[in-house]
Amino acid sequence: MAAFKFPVDASQIMLFARAVGDDNPIYHDSEYASGTETKGIIAPPTFVQASAQYDPNFPLRPTIGEPWFGSGKEATGTPKSDIQPKEKSEKKSSDSARILHAEQQYIYHKPIRPGDDLSVTTKRGKSWEKEGRRGGTMRFSETITEFRDTKGELVVTATSVGVTTGKAVSQD
Amino acid sequence: MALNVNTLKVGDTHEELVAENLSRTQIVQYAGASGDYMPLHTDEVYAREIAGYPGVFAHGMLSMGATGAMLTHWVGDGRLTKYSARFTRQVWPGDDLLAKATITNIINENGEVLAEMDVLTTNQNGQTVISGKATARIDT
Repeated sequence: MAAFKFPVDASQIMLFARAVGDDNPIYHDSEYASGTETKGIIAPPTFVQASAQYDPNFPLRPTIGEPWFGSGKEATGTPKSDIQPKEKSEKKSSDSARILHAEQQYIYHKPIRPGDDLSVTTKRGKSWEKEGRRGGTMRFSETITEFRDTKGELVVTATSVGVTTGKAVSQD
Repeated sequence: MALNVNTLKVGDTHEELVAENLSRTQIVQYAGASGDYMPLHTDEVYAREIAGYPGVFAHGMLSMGATGAMLTHWVGDGRLTKYSARFTRQVWPGDDLLAKATITNIINENGEVLAEMDVLTTNQNGQTVISGKATARIDT
């Protein structure tokens, strides 16, 4: 069970809304937002994904001083033969390419606002297997993430289902 | 701005074009904003040569986020109580995404009136990329 803090600020909310193509002023214009029902800037529905920025062990972010599995001089920075078993970045091997996001669920308990100091805890949920048409044997696993405010009250509950495929998923 | 029980009925729909000719740059923008730097989405060399895909493709969460914009534009800001999505097909650079919500049920729960809806996002070929559900508080 991982745990870390997720401080929320207004610029992060603005950048996230831009990235999903949403120009709703509720995400960047505090004057506008204060005159609406939410009485201030709030975060868009999928914003908690940005908590990955604060997860100290998030595997899909380059770690300073460690090889990265994306391309550099070569097509990948971590060929299988080069992986040092002692390194914590071992999981960043090209096997990560077979992990895809299958499903995501959110339950919203209260809006997220700039200045919130959220506590994030993650636990494993169910896991199961399925024979797929497009990607060989597929292994699914659920991760449940709870975002709580400083009073310990739930703000968002997020459930992510990841799938590990036997091969690259074909186009059709 | 929010929906009202007196004017809303089961079967009502709302749709928006939430991405048009999706650019690799927007995918990079999403990687930076979300912190998800999976090279499959931003690194064409890695995606082709190591992962065996025809090229980079969008984060599923980019499509879910864009689809969420359609939802909040319709139900109002801060009104969603639940939102879920299954990623049924990859989204590629150049794709257009049409997101649509359809009211399936209007219920009373703990003194609130909630609208339940199906969510469907399709690409320019009419193929489903996201199939999901959402629930929102509505006015009475």
